Amino acid sequence: MSSAGIGWLAVPLAIVAGAFRGGTPFLFVSLGECLTEKSGKINLGLEGVLLFGAMSGYAISYKTGSPWLGVLAAACGGACLGLVHAWLTQKPKVNDIAVGIAMIIFGSGIAFFLGKPFIQPLAPQLPAIRIGLGDHVPPLDICPLFFVGVVLAFALNWFFGGTRWGMFVRAVGDKADAARALGISVWWVRTASIIAGSSFAGIGGAYLSLFYPGSWNERVSSGQGMIAVALVIFARWNPIHCLWASLLFGGAQALGPALQSVGVTSYYYLFNASPFILTLAVMILTCSNKHSLSGAPGALADRT
Amino acid sequence: MLGFVDAHVASDAWLMLRYGRRRAERLMMENAQVKKVGSLLEPVTSRSLSGNKVHFRWRSRVESIVIPTGAILVSLAAFGVFCALAGADPFAVYASIYKAAFGSWYSFQNTLVRAAPLMLCSLGTAIPYQLGLVMIGNEGALVIGGLCATVAGLQMPTAMPLMVQIVMAVVGMIAGGLWLAISGALKHYRGVNETISSLMMNYIAIAILNQAINTWIRDPSSLNKPASYPIPDEQMLQPIGDTTIHWGLVFGLIACLVAWVLLSQTTLGFQIRAIGGNVRAAQIAGIPVGRITLITCFLAGVFPGLAGMVEVAAIHGRANESLNAWYGYSGILVAFLARHNPLGCILISTLLGGLLASGGILQRDQHLPDAAIMVFQGLVFLVILLSESLYGKWKIFRERDA
Repeated sequence: MSSAGIGWLAVPLAIVAGAFRGGTPFLFVSLGECLTEKSGKINLGLEGVLLFGAMSGYAISYKTGSPWLGVLAAACGGACLGLVHAWLTQKPKVNDIAVGIAMIIFGSGIAFFLGKPFIQPLAPQLPAIRIGLGDHVPPLDICPLFFVGVVLAFALNWFFGGTRWGMFVRAVGDKADAARALGISVWWVRTASIIAGSSFAGIGGAYLSLFYPGSWNERVSSGQGMIAVALVIFARWNPIHCLWASLLFGGAQALGPALQSVGVTSYYYLFNASPFILTLAVMILTCSNKHSLSGAPGALADRT
Repeated sequence: MLGFVDAHVASDAWLMLRYGRRRAERLMMENAQVKKVGSLLEPVTSRSLSGNKVHFRWRSRVESIVIPTGAILVSLAAFGVFCALAGADPFAVYASIYKAAFGSWYSFQNTLVRAAPLMLCSLGTAIPYQLGLVMIGNEGALVIGGLCATVAGLQMPTAMPLMVQIVMAVVGMIAGGLWLAISGALKHYRGVNETISSLMMNYIAIAILNQAINTWIRDPSSLNKPASYPIPDEQMLQPIGDTTIHWGLVFGLIACLVAWVLLSQTTLGFQIRAIGGNVRAAQIAGIPVGRITLITCFLAGVFPGLAGMVEVAAIHGRANESLNAWYGYSGILVAFLARHNPLGCILISTLLGGLLASGGILQRDQHLPDAAIMVFQGLVFLVILLSESLYGKWKIFRERDA
């Protein structure tokens, strides 16, 4: 028991710390997926984008010495992969699920290929903002990117609800034909949304390699990109809910290790499935074959 | 399809007979709308209507050979450019990949060993696709099938090897089938999107596997890499003759053939395709959509489940993390690339098996990182998926109606 002093209190604390630390990549990827899905396409390839972002962020941070340039590079790298996805999935008869899985292979392949020389060296990391919680409690280290993500979530919420462009995205996602009749270019709106969404995911990747766990190797992402797809559904395509859901999923991930640290080890590995079980439960409870999932963009609801 | 009234051409008289005048009129109107919407059903009906005067549609056959071949050539060229940029000789790279995948009998055996689970897994996507469902739960079905087969195998340490293998295979198949049937049931009864739910089920399956091999059936001697107790050597699936190929390949080939016959030659297959073409029309024609959805999803899970059993019983000898080796996800791609045709899955699985087998050679011979083969895989997949949009674009491949 490492945190013997505070005993069982360590569990909620570890969960809170984990929520901030592990939730940030979820936040970025889920906001990206949220934007993508709002425009009516699914991008399963964000797992590949995450790895590519992690690699490019780490590499640029190492080359230039500035982690923030790394974050920028990760966003650009994500945007490039997003462009490929956007172009392919809008061709007729091309299935976006299949393209997503191909993009996972392609994106992670490129990331491992180009990232091989950067596994050994140490790149400068993003700074941490330390928040003390009193004498007996270990302080919380929060990455500034988390606050960027929070701002982004509120900005996206405002974008969808309060701006003309946000309305275009929603219109394209809900009824592409109606949007077309309004003179909106469905192709451009979807392309822009997918590219922007992918660049958010790239930033999430940079967080992985530049803050927590803070190194670049081939196992830096453990399925966060895939989880984000679940998370967006869990959050009902609402950016603010994405924020809470990311914190919840981050906390849920920390639950297993936290319980293990106080000696509860019996169902450690099953706890890792808690985000998926939660999402599945929400889907089962709220779906019905009479109506589609409330809040789902029209283009996606047609397929359910 | 004997005794089965085609949904799409459900005659007005038949509707009258079955539902009475008033309801029949309503259904006819719906049917007319359905016809407008349901162009997907077109191939099914044209085949079933033409009946005895089948003309050989050679133009679309040629098209379906030319386009994938062209796509593979384009992706080879793109990968060549990539290798040249990375400072390797593209032609030497092609030669290395060919040598490692198909160059010798020994390397071809290696390819086939990897192709076997891919064939089985691809059916997990190809079969429900005929029903109109995009299922990506193959990885989960494989993991659960492998885990349950291991548990079953461990219960009978002294039984006859053949007996053990049969029990393991049956348990693995049932477990995999039930695992995918859950997603099918959620889809039918609750309207839960099957793509997402099967994705969730993959991760739940992996968590169950980890829990099992770390606690319930953990072999205490497996320190660094947690694993279950091993299946005794003499009870493992043996290689065929003096090759390194195991029986999984035979299972894979048979499974693809069975799936092809099932989908294209039986009443059940026709009903499945009718539902996939238009659920509403199928319901009107009296097809029990719910029951068939469940049966189809169960069948779809049976094959990845068997793949899990084969991986355990022929390769690993125990359940461990290696079960989760992406065969399931690769199987999804195989299914899409084969355009959900089970016979096509055999061919594509063999090609992909070759690529997987040539993983290490680029590093040894060409000094490229071993991820180069992953880049190549990704490129091939993306280009082939892109080529889907080219079908029907060229006039020369369009069928002329007599």
